[in-house]
Amino acid sequence: MQPSSAVSGRDAARVAGWLGALAVLACLSACGRAELEPAGPVSEAQRKILFDSLAMMLAIVIPVIIATLVIAFRFRASNHRAPYWPTFTHSGRIELIIWSIPALVIFFLGGVAWTSSFLLDPARPLESRVKPLEVQVVSLDWKWLFIYPNQGVASVNHLVVPVGVPLRLRLTSASVWNVFWVPQLGGMLYCMHGMAGTLYLQADLPGVYQGRSAMISGEGFADMHFNTEAVTADEFSRWVSATRAAGPALDDPAYRGLLRQSSRVAPYTYASVRPGLFEAIVTQELPPGDGPSPVPNQDVLDPSR
Amino acid sequence: MLGKLTWQAIPFNEPIPLISGFGVYLLVIALVAWVLRKGYGPYLWREWITSVDHKRIGIMYCLLAGVMLLRGFIDVIMLRLQQAMAFNAPGYLPPSHFDQIFSAHGTIMIFFVAMPFVIGLMNYVVPLQLGVRDVAFPTLNSVSLWLNAAGALLVNLSLVVGEFSRTGWLPYPPLSELRYSPGVGVDYYCWAIQISGIGTVMTGVNFVTTILKLRAPGMNYSRMPMFCWTALASNLLIIAAFPILTATIAMLLLDRYLGFHFFTDVSGGNSMMFMNLIWAWGHPEVYILVLPAFGIYSEVVSTFSRKPLFGYRSMIIATMAICIISFMVWLHHFFTMGAGPTVNAVFGIASMIIAVPTGVKIFNWMFTMYGGRVRYSSAMLWVIGFMVSFLIGGLTGVLLAVPVADFQLHNSMFLVAHFHNTIIPGVVFAIFAGYTYWFPKAFGFVLDERLGKWAFWLWFVGFWVAWAPGYVVGLEGMTRRLQHYDDPQWHPWLLLAGVGVLIILAGIVVQIAQLVVSIRTRDKRRDRTGDAWDGRSLEWATASPPPLFNFAILPNVTDQEPYWDIKQEALQAMQLVTPEPEYLPIEMPRHSPTGFVTAFIATVTGFALIWHIWWLAILGLVGAYATFVVFAWRDHTEFVIPAETVARIDRANREARAEYLRELAR
Repeated sequence: MQPSSAVSGRDAARVAGWLGALAVLACLSACGRAELEPAGPVSEAQRKILFDSLAMMLAIVIPVIIATLVIAFRFRASNHRAPYWPTFTHSGRIELIIWSIPALVIFFLGGVAWTSSFLLDPARPLESRVKPLEVQVVSLDWKWLFIYPNQGVASVNHLVVPVGVPLRLRLTSASVWNVFWVPQLGGMLYCMHGMAGTLYLQADLPGVYQGRSAMISGEGFADMHFNTEAVTADEFSRWVSATRAAGPALDDPAYRGLLRQSSRVAPYTYASVRPGLFEAIVTQELPPGDGPSPVPNQDVLDPSR
Repeated sequence: MLGKLTWQAIPFNEPIPLISGFGVYLLVIALVAWVLRKGYGPYLWREWITSVDHKRIGIMYCLLAGVMLLRGFIDVIMLRLQQAMAFNAPGYLPPSHFDQIFSAHGTIMIFFVAMPFVIGLMNYVVPLQLGVRDVAFPTLNSVSLWLNAAGALLVNLSLVVGEFSRTGWLPYPPLSELRYSPGVGVDYYCWAIQISGIGTVMTGVNFVTTILKLRAPGMNYSRMPMFCWTALASNLLIIAAFPILTATIAMLLLDRYLGFHFFTDVSGGNSMMFMNLIWAWGHPEVYILVLPAFGIYSEVVSTFSRKPLFGYRSMIIATMAICIISFMVWLHHFFTMGAGPTVNAVFGIASMIIAVPTGVKIFNWMFTMYGGRVRYSSAMLWVIGFMVSFLIGGLTGVLLAVPVADFQLHNSMFLVAHFHNTIIPGVVFAIFAGYTYWFPKAFGFVLDERLGKWAFWLWFVGFWVAWAPGYVVGLEGMTRRLQHYDDPQWHPWLLLAGVGVLIILAGIVVQIAQLVVSIRTRDKRRDRTGDAWDGRSLEWATASPPPLFNFAILPNVTDQEPYWDIKQEALQAMQLVTPEPEYLPIEMPRHSPTGFVTAFIATVTGFALIWHIWWLAILGLVGAYATFVVFAWRDHTEFVIPAETVARIDRANREARAEYLRELAR
């Protein structure tokens, strides 16, 4: 049924496909930065999965694109040298193959998806001899609060972490949903009110990495970004001591002030944090932010009024 | 008296929506005034507005979708302009306005462009392809159309009276709850979706009944054209999925109106439930749109390759497989919620499995061309453009289905590029292919091919220039819906995307020109044969445009491609094979204003509910019930077309056809 001339064409298409795949990969690694320039083991591993999957699929997609164009061109109506088989409408062999090709690709890719989901589960502790640093992250309208429970300090819109130490991030929200994302360190996780998510990350290279929210959270959303500063262990402990030495205390009234909607808040730190603040937010002992127009009877409770 | 509605609802301090909104209203009022002055009013009322003819309804659906496409595209231009300007700068749109525009863009493009266009094409084509005279419930069909229009009207009303939702095209709580969105924007969204959603469910019921119960004699399931199969799958999905949407939005409305706590995250509410429910509808919705699109591609590729569709049975299996699996993948929209590795992996693999039947379809279209005689008319160009682009869109889709990869790509511009890459080449190109392909059937003349090809190339190139940068900035860490940004790496790509949008704009201008030019030169481009493209299925067996009753005698189907067989036999016999049949009077459903009245009432009720004008809402509900009672109590449901009229109309068609066959044989 199939003419022999198409076979050589398909081989050529396959070679061209691999070349195309290489070109796309080269282009992506040249132009991309964020998640393509990982600074920690999590984003490194995620990038590997991304590229493996991409390569697996390009190996099939590019030849198919080329074959489509070749067939469409070869069997153009004006090409009278091409055969015309108006009754070529089914073929058990071809149909077996065209079901098997995508099925095989998905079989392999499914394997990748399955194993990597467990290996790179955000809540799975990283393998390291160093004890993880716990940081509690609270998304607010529209700023980020980072609490260091063991150090007793907190920081707004600025995350400072030591290099080479696993970070155990606990995420929640004090109002609407947000997504915590530092692309160069690892993937995203939702911050939701009344719930706490766990995300392990680690920075291996000192540097400043952009972090941002990846879910629309209202008017101040575009400014909900923060710098993640990865510093050496010494610098980190110096930062902690300096933070403890100066700045306001994060107690309940200060927290209520934070709850009020504001954006473009310049980074600052708290010298002390009310113990159990994060837990009080997650368990809703402290109510969520009021949004744009405060409910009247809660105004009374607000000491700042 | 007027609830929350005060003069403050009109955005006097925001000139852009005010001027553009009032401009649109003036245009509409001028159009209505012109129609009335010219005396077209009664004609429009009799022949179109109250029509229950599936062909007229189909055309009106497409017209509605076309107009809303322009509205949705104006939103695109505004968004792209903002992101081009807003590098280290505030741009020209404040966040409150920017957020409304991207919310409106998504809502309009899905609910009021893609849905009505796809449903419009199904309306026009499915009964013709099945060889029947109308859908199962013609008046219900008219109600569906007008309810969709009512939803569209409410969305547009929000331009000038009040505001639209600022929470994205899906209103995720708690942001969409009263606490964080106290304005009427979310209410506009919810009521528009509820009203049009009811219409869509009725469409689903209507078409499933039509396809299962009304087919020409002899047309069994293995002889149905592929478009009818995909329409069946799509409408089954509508019946199963749209009630979920209605229930979910109803719960959100209860939260907002009556202080319930379904999704509030306080007092026991849980917003994660909304996310699950909305995507339990949302993912099937993707296939509700794309399955009929696949059907259109199947019809076009087979006609323009002069070959039956390759692997018909594989196609049916693939379609039904997609139909079922599409309900098992919704969680891939939120792998980053933290559900745990087992759940993520199961849903990731389920999502990938959809790529198998979809890949089979691509191969089948490829093998349909293989050994064919491919004519590069503009309808076919859309198909080839789709196949090439959709493969990339599918690839990035499978990439997003790998949960670990999704952790880095979710809610980034990469994701946005992916779904535009599937919806524009997948659905929008299909809509244009179908529009070009069936236009001569609907109006009796062919659209200008040269401009049609220009439109294709502008759209195709424009799409890639607009959205290839989306993938790049996504990988560079840009999230979606940013009103401004300060990353210098993104800026050139966003400018490039803006250029892409301008190229698409040129494509749309060419399409409008194509329509205008074609209408003005319609006498030169008449198709008297009823078979403009050398077609294969039954819609080409009747005149173009078809008579009210579609077929004088219901065709007797003996094969998968009934009309192609009729033609082949006729060519062999050198004449019309069948002798003139005995014409019988035909009963057709009477026109009814029920749909229009229902929609008018729905619009008023929706508006009243949005603004808390309770007396008007109650009045509207009473009116809706009264309309239903009046319709239910009607005595005369049908009228009869006498046999002589049928004979007169059909003889003309047979004559034209005989001449066409003589020409073909020459």
